[in-house]
Amino acid sequence: MTNALQRLNPLRPEGIALLLLAAFLGRAIWWFAVSDARDTSFATEIIISGLLAGVMYSLVALGFVLIFKSSGIFNYSQGVMALFAGLFASGFMTDFGLSPFIAIPLTMVVMVITAILIERFVLQYLVGQEPIILFMATIGLAYVMEGIGDLVWGSDVKRLDVGLPSGASDFMFDCCNLYVEKLEVSAAVVAAVLVAALMAFTQYTRIGRALRAVADDHQAALSVGISLRTIWVIVWSIAGFVALTAGVMWGAKSGVQFSLSLIALKALPVLMIGGFTSIPGAIIGGLIIGVGEKVAEIYLGPTMADLFGANPNNFTAIENWFAYVLALVVLLFRPQGLFGEKIIERV
Amino acid sequence: MSLTQPESTQGAADAAQTLLEVNNIEVIYDHVILVLKGVSLTVPKGGITALLGGNGAGKTTTLKAISNLLQSERGEVTKGSIAYRGEKITELSPADLVKRGVIQVMEGRHCFEHLTVEENLLTGSYTRGDGSAAIKRSLDMVYTYFPRLKERRRSQAGYTSGGEQQMCAIGRAIMSNPEMVLLDEPSMGLAPQLVEQIFDIVKALNEKEGVSFLLAEQNTNVALRYAHYGYILESGRIVMDGSAADLRENQDVKEFYLGIAEEGKKSFRDVRSYRRRKRWLN
Repeated sequence: MTNALQRLNPLRPEGIALLLLAAFLGRAIWWFAVSDARDTSFATEIIISGLLAGVMYSLVALGFVLIFKSSGIFNYSQGVMALFAGLFASGFMTDFGLSPFIAIPLTMVVMVITAILIERFVLQYLVGQEPIILFMATIGLAYVMEGIGDLVWGSDVKRLDVGLPSGASDFMFDCCNLYVEKLEVSAAVVAAVLVAALMAFTQYTRIGRALRAVADDHQAALSVGISLRTIWVIVWSIAGFVALTAGVMWGAKSGVQFSLSLIALKALPVLMIGGFTSIPGAIIGGLIIGVGEKVAEIYLGPTMADLFGANPNNFTAIENWFAYVLALVVLLFRPQGLFGEKIIERV
Repeated sequence: MSLTQPESTQGAADAAQTLLEVNNIEVIYDHVILVLKGVSLTVPKGGITALLGGNGAGKTTTLKAISNLLQSERGEVTKGSIAYRGEKITELSPADLVKRGVIQVMEGRHCFEHLTVEENLLTGSYTRGDGSAAIKRSLDMVYTYFPRLKERRRSQAGYTSGGEQQMCAIGRAIMSNPEMVLLDEPSMGLAPQLVEQIFDIVKALNEKEGVSFLLAEQNTNVALRYAHYGYILESGRIVMDGSAADLRENQDVKEFYLGIAEEGKKSFRDVRSYRRRKRWLN
């Protein structure tokens, strides 16, 4: 208890952060209570759209977590993998005129082959090296994959239409008078199914058990006859699958373009908040950031004006930096993230 | 394989059969650190063979050289050969060895902390291809030897006690249906009573299931009571070997490893008066 009180000290950074957060939340709740229906439904729309965007962040973060957990590698190329998969999927569809039902499995084959090649030509030679060396290797990988994507499919922005529904959801509009984008809902459903499938896979299958075993203790996994090389190929394939899903979803939303690889940067604060080693953490971290940045963008300015008489025009474009600041605040309190387990010795 | 064999085939005839033959191996870590300077030993089928010695003598390295876990620690067998059932195994991966029936229980337990005890045991059956019914039978068998594990089977291994973790590690190895278990320092950090209990189970597994053990131990007293044959390692060399009964009666062993001095105090200079059997020279 005394500890919690000490943390409220307004002279310390975490105290300031906590007080601000409390003021902000308190005002939000009060505002919800006193405002009329039109304003609250707008706020609800913002929160829903934030949640749906957050699911997308979670998808990218999930790819990081899978590889980090099982091999201790921070895979910088995860974002580029999403781009890579998106490029192949849209390329197969537009240049070869394949239907999404053929193009997407075909892209998955490409991702598995990529995983095998990465293990064969990169990881195999770096077993037992320092994490930083493996990290550097994945930076190299990112550029190689980006180059290959450019070489094969060109650098134009590509449309990717996998036949997901789009436009406003009539149902939500009729029942609750809310504007919700169908594409975002379907992306969230796909992501949720993917996450559930991944959890079931790691929890209940023999290979999944082996993945968790490798994540816990490489040496012991080796000693019971689990081949690390096989496991790594599997993990990178799964990460490729996650990247494919993320690439297709983001591609369907805003076209496949090279800036797609930058969503990896947004995944970083998600990981810091959720913890690098936790799958639920990646999901919740993504949701927190998705909602947080949307809400902050729209309401932080008016709130600051309200509370401190500040000029609300000074509080714009918050979406761009909010995630990183939030990650910093979390790092002050829990360096391992909300759900992570001692990552200090690993990184 | 050996586990499902009826007991009657584990007779005296094949008890003398050699399972493992380590011939004059030299191990170097990181290309510079010479750890084993010519170690030779044989493990007969159906026996418990003890590998004794103090800290840094090379017991763990010997076991890891056999199970091929050395490679992941940048160690390398540079000389000599290791044969299992007459087959050279120095080039095989640890997974291949587990499939052939050789599995190591590493020093310090190394349970998978975030997996439950039962999941830990099941990872031991990773390399098996004989169906889930057979794996279930092995699991039941492991639970009969370690009733404690059955009680704790839903808890995360990281939250179980040291003794339970040691049992879990041994049980996990047994789940691979091994012919030979390389058991590294099972007594480490455990209460004397628990040590006895674990050794009793090892002995039972040896006698009833026909699993052969190569046991690395610092606790010479306990190890020599349960083992059939012993090797004593010192600074990367085998300095003495003999049946467990002989070693127990040996003056030097008594004095330096069991701590029983009979002829008053000796000066440390006499420590080197072992009857060294430099078999790697002849």
